[in-house]
Amino acid sequence: MLSTLLASDVVAPFSSPKIDYHALAPELVLAGVIVAVLLADLFLEESKKWVLSTIAGFGLLAAFIPIVTLAVSGHRARSMFGGAYVVDTYSLLVKGIFLLAGYVVVLLSQNYLEEGDYYQGEYYFLLLSSILGMVMMGSSRDLVTIFVSLEFLSIPAYMLAAWRKRDLKSNEAGTKYYLLGVFASAVMLYGMSLLYGDTGTTILKGIGAKLQNGSMSPVAVLGIVFVIIGFAFKVSAVPFHNWAPDTYQGAPTPITAFLSVASKAAGFVALINLIYVAFPHGGDVFQPMIGVMAASTMTLGNVMALRQTNIVRMLAYSSISQGGFILMPLAVAGGKSSGNALTAIVTYLAVYAATNLGLFAVIIAVSRKTRSGEVSSWGGLFSYAPLLGVLATAFLASLAGIPPLGGWVAKFGAFRAVITSGTNWGYALAIVGAVNSVIAFGYYGSLMREIWMKPVPDGDTAPIRTPSSLNAALMICGGATLALGVVPGIILRFSDIIKL
Amino acid sequence: MNAVMIAIIEPQPIWYLMLSALLFSIGAFGVLVRRNPLIMFMCIELMLNAVNLSFVAFSRIWGDIGGQSTVFFVLVVAAAEVVVGLGIIVSILRRKPGATADDISLMKG
Repeated sequence: MLSTLLASDVVAPFSSPKIDYHALAPELVLAGVIVAVLLADLFLEESKKWVLSTIAGFGLLAAFIPIVTLAVSGHRARSMFGGAYVVDTYSLLVKGIFLLAGYVVVLLSQNYLEEGDYYQGEYYFLLLSSILGMVMMGSSRDLVTIFVSLEFLSIPAYMLAAWRKRDLKSNEAGTKYYLLGVFASAVMLYGMSLLYGDTGTTILKGIGAKLQNGSMSPVAVLGIVFVIIGFAFKVSAVPFHNWAPDTYQGAPTPITAFLSVASKAAGFVALINLIYVAFPHGGDVFQPMIGVMAASTMTLGNVMALRQTNIVRMLAYSSISQGGFILMPLAVAGGKSSGNALTAIVTYLAVYAATNLGLFAVIIAVSRKTRSGEVSSWGGLFSYAPLLGVLATAFLASLAGIPPLGGWVAKFGAFRAVITSGTNWGYALAIVGAVNSVIAFGYYGSLMREIWMKPVPDGDTAPIRTPSSLNAALMICGGATLALGVVPGIILRFSDIIKL
Repeated sequence: MNAVMIAIIEPQPIWYLMLSALLFSIGAFGVLVRRNPLIMFMCIELMLNAVNLSFVAFSRIWGDIGGQSTVFFVLVVAAAEVVVGLGIIVSILRRKPGATADDISLMKG
């Protein structure tokens, strides 16, 4: 058996696949930086470990350069490895979002790690590995590539969630994230094997050509359902959201910011790749499923957020509910508003990344002084830290979707996508979304009330000193949130050119 | 007589698919029911191996090498996951010997 197999294959000589190094440059630069961080960690003495965060930060910015050169090079799409890895405008845009979000997370981590006495070398190594996985996810157009990128970004994240290893809460966060994450990938893999079994190929385009509405076999339907369930865990959609609040609360705060923004965005990017390339004609199966998940995710996330007293936990539920809004346009993908939906999701991901990272930067800055994660510890923030108070209000208002800020543009896009689909289904989702936007004011407003109207707890009005890295993160996020809202043309112009 | 019976019944690829579905269900059931983190983890490994079996069976049906090469990726990633998972589980069992999934619930709500 083996000999015949070998004989038949040896006839055709092996030819190495053509590799477009320019298209792979962001990944290659990142891989180089990862090795540099790992080696530098070996040879640096303990007092000089801060250099590592600088290498990581500049490395992420260096990886951004080839993204810009690729964007202006004018090629519509560069496809490699038989269509398994595609670099197009959409993937460049999401790669840019991942790299900038990663840079902000490095800025957030700097003082947190130095003051908390954690293992810096390994931390930045794992963080960069996870970002590399996300960057790869942007280009994955094959079941195997998607799987490898997903694990590449998840496995370091499991370790980062359990990073404070002497704290039981962090252990618990890591364990829950790990067990549910691996369970979800097993479910997703089984779905992938069924899709492969039905279509005989792992390339998403090939799968998309074979799956047609109305003529799908039960095996393919089951495959689609399992794959979507697997990613629903990753984006913490209800009813697969249980791990999120506990993991977010127990993990180190910069990692919480990273998980709730970048890791979630990576899950959405994978869903977009699958739905737009592999299941464009499978709307009958995935649309009702994602629609129900979107409606229940935003509702449950909001209702649970209303009763939280811990800020990080409240933001965890808020991020679940925002995830529902990002899912909403996906529920009408494949119909006539497919293009609108893609634009809406990518816009939402960019705005959400800027806003949520900014809010976490404020949380880290304030808790440096108050040493508390309770909502009441924000009392009277404006009176002694006016800049932080104003920024926090801006980020909260953006999350709530108040007009001059980025969140408004994002929500507008999401609603436009579901309404232009012209189905009853889309109108129903829009109504659920509108009701939820109102409910969300409840808890965003209660945080704002603490900042502006409540007295300072214990009367301690010493000003908050923020280190320069945190200031930089606050400025980047604040600037991006405001710019995306005031000049929505920026992101809309970028997202008009994105096509898969 | 027995030898004749065995010769007649030739294993079909579909049998492997059924076995894989059965293994996957046992694994998934185990994750949901068992409370020891290590055993939950073993059940997940069972699910991953069910996936491998199903990839190989489908690969055989299609006469396509893609499914079999996917198995290698799954194997390698599963090995990496074991390393990380055991590290996390050992760190929690060191703090709380004999902890079950019900004990790991400091955070609620």
